[in-house]
Amino acid sequence: MIEPEFTEAELHAFADGRLPERRRAELEAYFAAHPDEAARVAAYRAQADELRAVFAPVLDEEVPQRLVLAFTPRRSRFARVAAALAWIVVGAAVGWQLHTFYASRIPALGETPIARTAAIAHVTYSPEVRHPVEVGADQESHLVAWLSKRLGAKVRAPNLEAAGYSLVGGRLLPGESGPVAQFMYQCKQGTRVTLYVRTEGADHEQTAFRYSDEGNVRVFYWIDRTFGYAVSSADIDKDVLFKVANTAYAQLNP
Amino acid sequence: MKDSSQVIALIPRLRRYARALVGERAAADDLVQDTLERALNKFHLWKRGTDLRAWLFTVMHNVHVNQVRGRREFLTLDAEALELPVRAAHEASLEARDVERALLRLPVEQREVLLLVVLEDLSYEEAAAALGIPIGTVMSRLSRAREKLRALMEGLPVSGRLHVIK
Repeated sequence: MIEPEFTEAELHAFADGRLPERRRAELEAYFAAHPDEAARVAAYRAQADELRAVFAPVLDEEVPQRLVLAFTPRRSRFARVAAALAWIVVGAAVGWQLHTFYASRIPALGETPIARTAAIAHVTYSPEVRHPVEVGADQESHLVAWLSKRLGAKVRAPNLEAAGYSLVGGRLLPGESGPVAQFMYQCKQGTRVTLYVRTEGADHEQTAFRYSDEGNVRVFYWIDRTFGYAVSSADIDKDVLFKVANTAYAQLNP
Repeated sequence: MKDSSQVIALIPRLRRYARALVGERAAADDLVQDTLERALNKFHLWKRGTDLRAWLFTVMHNVHVNQVRGRREFLTLDAEALELPVRAAHEASLEARDVERALLRLPVEQREVLLLVVLEDLSYEEAAAALGIPIGTVMSRLSRAREKLRALMEGLPVSGRLHVIK
């Protein structure tokens, strides 16, 4: 009997179905004549079938999430962290915006809103008959020079004649962060309007033209780069006061 | 990233291989997890166009060698030493479901080769590349694995000798 020349490796390749067809036929012929060897190959094939059958169900198992996450690229992990951080930043930004927004309405502790201090000054001095002002309008240039010197910035007394109000004069008042100025105006009927002027710090918030009700005093106010202004009256209604304040605003913030 | 979804699609295959290699489900999934994490870190080393699955088996092999093998190899040998005297000649052959137990009694190097070839259908060349060994070593390990598994399954005394055909 002819012993075929084949190797152990070829036997396994045969068992694994990886031999070229011609070679496979040669080995088949050999195994037909050698039951022991044929049984060995059959056993190897049976092992393979059993192994595949035993472990096949694993393929159908649900993949644990931890394994998917294990191969989630760091970019994605980073993106998740970044997203979380972004929300923190957004929160901080919103918080800061709210802070600055409210800061413009409710200034830092200890600083009274300009509308409030202006209203208090208004009700204090506008009823004065004999001494409503320290320096009268007849000395307007002196008044303006004096107040400008004391406030440390060039102050102007707007001309409100177009709105029916004439300058009575002005006075210096103590403010929370330095001297403030008050100009008083009066119409022909005797109603008074005051313009409250204070200097503003370097990093203050500028505001547009705003209105505030301070008790029975109506106040229009605005804050520009250098000054905070407030136009107050307890005697005239809001619409009339608006015209007066707007006249002042137009001259002070051209 | 497209490659990432390819890897994730292969996770069931990795789990099956790991289950056969390690035995317990939790330990197998740990191995897969470690493999995936390492694969992610080393992903730039994968050559695009080559078999991603074979590369992942390489990674798993390395992880297994580094982290698990020393301990497991010791346990395998120990279990074998304990069980061999118990198995009587008249004992019935292991049940088919016990192929799992028989498999775990193979030395891990032989088990790896057998599983890559039989379970994962890697070519001998691919298995050699995945394990970083010569193809001749693949064939000899495959031969020993099959013979030992056969002996275990049939209740035959386990011989370390190769059955050689000229």
